[in-house]
Amino acid sequence: MRVPFNWLREYCDPGVDPAQLADRLVMTGTEVERLDTIGPSSGEGFVVGKVLEREKHPKADRLSVCKVDTGDGERTIVCGAPNVDAGQTVAVVLPGATMPGGMKIRKAKLRGIPSEGMILSAAELEIAEEADGIMVLDDGPAPGTPLAEVLPLGEPVLEIEVTPNRSDCFGVHGVAREVHAITGAPLAVDPWAEDAPAYGKGSVHDYTSVRVVVPELCPRFTARVFTDVTVAPSPPWLQARLAAAGQRPINNVVDITNYVMLLTAQPLHAFDLSMLPGGALYVQTAKDGEEADTLDGVARTLDSETVVVCDHDGVVGIAGIMGGLGSDVGEETNQVLLEVANWNGTNILRTSRMLGLRSEASARFEKQLHPALCMRAQRIASRLLVELCGAKLVPGTIDVAAEIPALRRLPLRAARVSGLLGMEISQEEQKTYLERLGFEVEVAGEDLEVIVPPDRHYDVTREVDLIEEVARVHGIDEHLPTTLPATGGAIGGLSREQRLRRRAEDALRDHGFDQAVGWSFTDPGEAERLRIPADDPRAKPVLLANPLSEEQSAMRTTLLGSLLDIAARNVSRGAGNLALFESTRVYLDGEGEFAGDRPSPYAEPHRFAGIAVGALAPRSWRGGGEAADFFAVKGVLEALAAQLGVELGFAPAEQPFLHPGRSASISIAGSEAGWLGEVHPLVCRTWDLDAAVGFELDAAPLIAAASLGEESYEDVTTFPAVYQDLAVVVPAETPASEVRAAVLAGGGELLHAAEVFDLYEGEQVGADRKSLALNLEFRAADRTLTDEEVAGLREAIKAKLGEIGGTLRE
Amino acid sequence: MLERIEEIRAEAAAAIEAAASSAELEELRVGFLGRKAELTTILRGIAELPQEERGQVGGAANRARKELEELLEARAGSLDASELEDQLVSDRIDVTLPGAPPRPIGHPHLIARTTRLIEDTMVGLGYHVAEGPEIEHDYYNFTALNHPPGHPARMLQDTFYVQSHPDVLLRTHTSPMQVRSMETQPPPIFVVVPGKVYRRDSDATHSPMFHQVEGLAIAEGITLADLQGTLLAMCRALFGADRELRLRPHFFPFTEPSVEVDVSCFQCGGSGELAGGERCNLCKGQGWIEILGAGMVDPNVLGFVETHGYDAEQVQGFAFGIGVERVAMLRHGVPDLRRFFDNDVRMLEQFS
Repeated sequence: MRVPFNWLREYCDPGVDPAQLADRLVMTGTEVERLDTIGPSSGEGFVVGKVLEREKHPKADRLSVCKVDTGDGERTIVCGAPNVDAGQTVAVVLPGATMPGGMKIRKAKLRGIPSEGMILSAAELEIAEEADGIMVLDDGPAPGTPLAEVLPLGEPVLEIEVTPNRSDCFGVHGVAREVHAITGAPLAVDPWAEDAPAYGKGSVHDYTSVRVVVPELCPRFTARVFTDVTVAPSPPWLQARLAAAGQRPINNVVDITNYVMLLTAQPLHAFDLSMLPGGALYVQTAKDGEEADTLDGVARTLDSETVVVCDHDGVVGIAGIMGGLGSDVGEETNQVLLEVANWNGTNILRTSRMLGLRSEASARFEKQLHPALCMRAQRIASRLLVELCGAKLVPGTIDVAAEIPALRRLPLRAARVSGLLGMEISQEEQKTYLERLGFEVEVAGEDLEVIVPPDRHYDVTREVDLIEEVARVHGIDEHLPTTLPATGGAIGGLSREQRLRRRAEDALRDHGFDQAVGWSFTDPGEAERLRIPADDPRAKPVLLANPLSEEQSAMRTTLLGSLLDIAARNVSRGAGNLALFESTRVYLDGEGEFAGDRPSPYAEPHRFAGIAVGALAPRSWRGGGEAADFFAVKGVLEALAAQLGVELGFAPAEQPFLHPGRSASISIAGSEAGWLGEVHPLVCRTWDLDAAVGFELDAAPLIAAASLGEESYEDVTTFPAVYQDLAVVVPAETPASEVRAAVLAGGGELLHAAEVFDLYEGEQVGADRKSLALNLEFRAADRTLTDEEVAGLREAIKAKLGEIGGTLRE
Repeated sequence: MLERIEEIRAEAAAAIEAAASSAELEELRVGFLGRKAELTTILRGIAELPQEERGQVGGAANRARKELEELLEARAGSLDASELEDQLVSDRIDVTLPGAPPRPIGHPHLIARTTRLIEDTMVGLGYHVAEGPEIEHDYYNFTALNHPPGHPARMLQDTFYVQSHPDVLLRTHTSPMQVRSMETQPPPIFVVVPGKVYRRDSDATHSPMFHQVEGLAIAEGITLADLQGTLLAMCRALFGADRELRLRPHFFPFTEPSVEVDVSCFQCGGSGELAGGERCNLCKGQGWIEILGAGMVDPNVLGFVETHGYDAEQVQGFAFGIGVERVAMLRHGVPDLRRFFDNDVRMLEQFS
C-alpha cells in the first residue's frame, strides 16, 4: 500500500518528518517497506509554462516547434508529443535541471531548431507509469510558477506492508487514524461525514433495481444513480494523487472510484447505466463453465461458486474482483450507477485464486470488510462525482443488506492486561489509546468495556486483541521489562535418542566423513537411475501435488541418491577424495512415531547414510591413498557401532544399486537395519563417478541396541586373561563370520573375544582353502584359568571347527 | 705376595680406565679375572699358603677382585652408553619430511552445528527438544494454529501439498509441533522443536527447504516480558553478550500479541556505521537485524488442546520460531542461502 505523505497529512499531520513517522510506525506494528519520493529529487528548473504558439517542425512530421512562456520570457521548445497545442498550460523543465532518472537537461538543436528545455508528460515526471502525451495542467497557475506547487513533485510516499488482519490500513484514512493513535496528533473530521446534495430527478428506484440471490455471499449491496455526468480526464490534483498511490488515471468517474477506495479501503464500481437494460441487476452465482470478459480484456471461465453481478443479458462483473467489459464508464457515459457492495471474503479469496486474478478490490475484499463501510464510500464518491463531473445525484440509495453484524462489545480486564504483558499500563492510558484507534470505551471499575468500530470488526474479536492494541500503542520496545519465566524447576535436556544420534554423527565425523544436508526432494526417476525395480516400495515415493519442478516433485525414500548427486557435483568441480554423510529422514508409507493425538501421515525414519569416493586416508610418502573399498567403509561403521556399544551383523545381500559380490545387509540384534556396499558400476556411470562405496543405516534400531551410557562394571583386573592365537584352515568359500561363530561356540563363556587378524590364501594351505588367524582372549571372572582348562577349550574349538570343515594349523 | 696383588690391581685398574671399547674391556676381564688369570690363580692357591698368611693374602686378593669387578661394570656402563650414542647418531632420519597424515576428521554441516547451538542454549534455559513430522496434516500446520480454512493467513506461506491427499502437506513451519506437544504433555511445557520446513519459493533469499527451531513455553503466569527475557538470553548466546533486542509488534495468526524481533547488529555494535565511517553492510546501516518472529500463544490455539489441560484462563505462554540458515548466515558471513544445500566440500571443510 502506497501512502503519499501529503495525502496522509490531510487527515492527520504527525508533526514529524516522514522518516521519523516511518520509524514510529515500524515500532508500533505497521511495517514500512520503504520511503519513496515522487518525481525529480529537486524541483529546481521545473516550472509551469504556457504554450503561446505551436507550429509543425519544417523538417520532421512528428515534431512541433512551440513558443512557450515560462515566466522569465519566451522560449522555443521542440516537442514530440502529438497532443501539444497552443493555449495549453503545461509542465516544463528548463536547461540545467535534472530529470528523475538523473538525465541533465541541456540546450539542444533538434533537426536544426534550437530547443530550450522540454514539455513534460506525467511519465517523464514519474508521477504516472505511462502517458499518451504531454501533461495538460489546469489553467490557473501563472507561467513560471514552480511545478512543485502544482504537482506532488518530491512528495514522500510511505510504502506500507499491510498485515492480513489490518484491512483498515488498505486505506489512507485507516493509516491516518493509526498515525493519530501512535503520535497523538489530531485527526481530521471523517471525510464521509457530509453527503452530497441530491439534485437529480426522481428516485433511484426509477432507474435501477437490485436483487441479491445469494445473500450469504453478498452481505450488502448499495447502489446510487447519477445523471448528467460529464466524463473527462480527472483534474491534475486527482491524477497526481492516484499516480502517487500507484494507480493509473483513466477518467474522472473511474478515478473517483479508485480514489475513494484508496482513501477508505472500500472498493467501488461504476457502471454506465445506459448499458444495463432496464437498470436491473442480479447478484448470483455463475454457471459452471460460464464465460465472462473482464475489464482487462481477458475471457474468464467461471465456476458455480463464482459470485457475479448480472444484468438481463448476462454477467457484467465478477463480484469483488473485476468489472466486465461493455458496461464500464467511457467518454459517452451520461448516467452512472455506483455500486458499493460487501462480499464474503473467503469466497472472494477462493475465486480470485481459482481465476488467477487478484485486483486492488479483491485484495481488500478477501480480508473481509464490514458491511457498514459501504455508505462511507457512497457518500465521499457522491460528493466528488457532483464536484468533478457535474453529476446530479438521484435521491435515494438502493440498499440490500442481508445482515449487518452488530458492533462487537468486549471486556478489557486490567488484571489480564498486566498479567499477559508483564507490564503495567494505566486505565487512563488504555482508554486513550483505544479511543484514538476508534474504539468506544466505557469505564467499568478497574476494567473497561470496549465497542469495536466496524473497520476493526473482524480483526479485534477477543480481549487479547485489545491487549495487543493497547500494548503496541503504549510502546513495547520502550516499556516492556525483560524477565525470565519461572520454569517451576523444569530441567531441560536432550532425550537419549537425540544424544546418541549426535554421538553417531560425531563418530562418522571422527572417521573422516563430512556432513552434508541434501534436498528432501528428488525426482520420480531417481529410483530408476538407482536400478530400483518399479515394484520396490522405494520406487513409489510420496509425490507433491504442486512441486516447483519435476526435479523436486518426490520425497526421497533413500539417502543414496542425493549423496550421489552431491558427490558427483563435487567431483565435477575437481574434488578427488570425498567422504560424505547425511543424518536425516526418508519418507515412506506408514505411520511415524511422533507426539500428538493424530499419527503422522507417513513414516519418517531417521537414517545415517554415507558415501566414499577415492581415498579415506590421504596419500603420503609412507603410503596410503588407496581408494576406499568395502572394508574401508565397513571399518568406519564398526567403529561407529563400537562407540555406541552395538554389534552390527553383516551378511552377503544384494541391492539393485550395489555391486552384487561386494554388498552386505547390516543387521542389529538379528533384524535388518541397513546396507553397505560398493556402488554398482552402472549406477556410478549414471552419476559420472568412477567408483563409490555407500551405506545406509536406520537410526532407531541402532540407538535401541546401544549400550552407551548403560554399561555395567566388569572385573577384568583381578584375574589375568590368557591370550592365544589360532590359525584355522577352511574351505575358501566359508565366510569368516562362520569361522568366528564356530570358535566362539567352542570357547563358550570363558572365551571373552575372538577376532580375525590375518587371512592367507596360497600354496601352503592348498587350492580352494584359506587360512584365517584369530586372536583369542580367555578369561574367567573368579579365577585364573589353568593351562589344562585352556587346552580343553582349545579342543572344544577344534571340534566345532571340524563341523564346518576347518582344521587347526599348528 | 701382597705387593704382587697390589701391582695387579693397579695395572688392571689403569687398563680398565683406558679401555676404549666393550670388546677390549671383555679381554681385560678375561685377562685379569678369568680362569687363567694371575689373581684367580692366587686365590685358588690360598689353601696352600702357610696358615698365618692365608687371611691376609686372601683378604687382599678378594678386595682386589671385587674392586676390579666394580670398575669393569662401571666402565662397561659408560662404554655402552657412548657406543649407543655413536650408533644413534649414525641412525639419522630426515626430520623435515612431512609427518604421517592421520585419517582426516570430517566436518559438521553449518546447519547441523547451528541447530545444536540453539538446542543447547535452550536446554540450558530448561527446555526439552521435540521432533515432529515434516509431512503433516493440514490440521496441525494450519487449522489448530488458528488459520481457519479459506483464511487469507494461509496465503502467507505458499504450501506444498501431497498428491491426492488435499489435507496433507509439507509443514511450512515447525509450529505444528506446538499442538502435537501439548496433546502429549500437560502444562507446564518448555520445548524447542528443530527441523526441516518447506515453502513454495525459490530465489537468493528463499529456499523451498530450510530449517527452523520452534520454541514453546506454556505455564501459569508467563508474560510477554518473559518472552523478551528468553529471547535476549538466546540471542546473546548466538550473537554475543553485548546484544540488545528490539520487539516490533507484528501479526501472526497463532500468536497474540505478535512481535518481530530484531537483534542489535554485532558487526557495527548497533550504530549502523563501521569504524571507517562507511555504512555497515550487515545491518544495512539500520543497526538492527531482523532475526525471528514470536508472540504470546493465541487463546484459540490453546482452545484446540483445552481437554489436554490447557485452559487459556489458567495457563498462557509464548512461542517463537527462528530460522537456522539465517542465524548461520549472520554468524559466519555466508552470503547466499543456496550455498547450504550445494554441499561443496570446499565450503563444508571451512567449518569444524
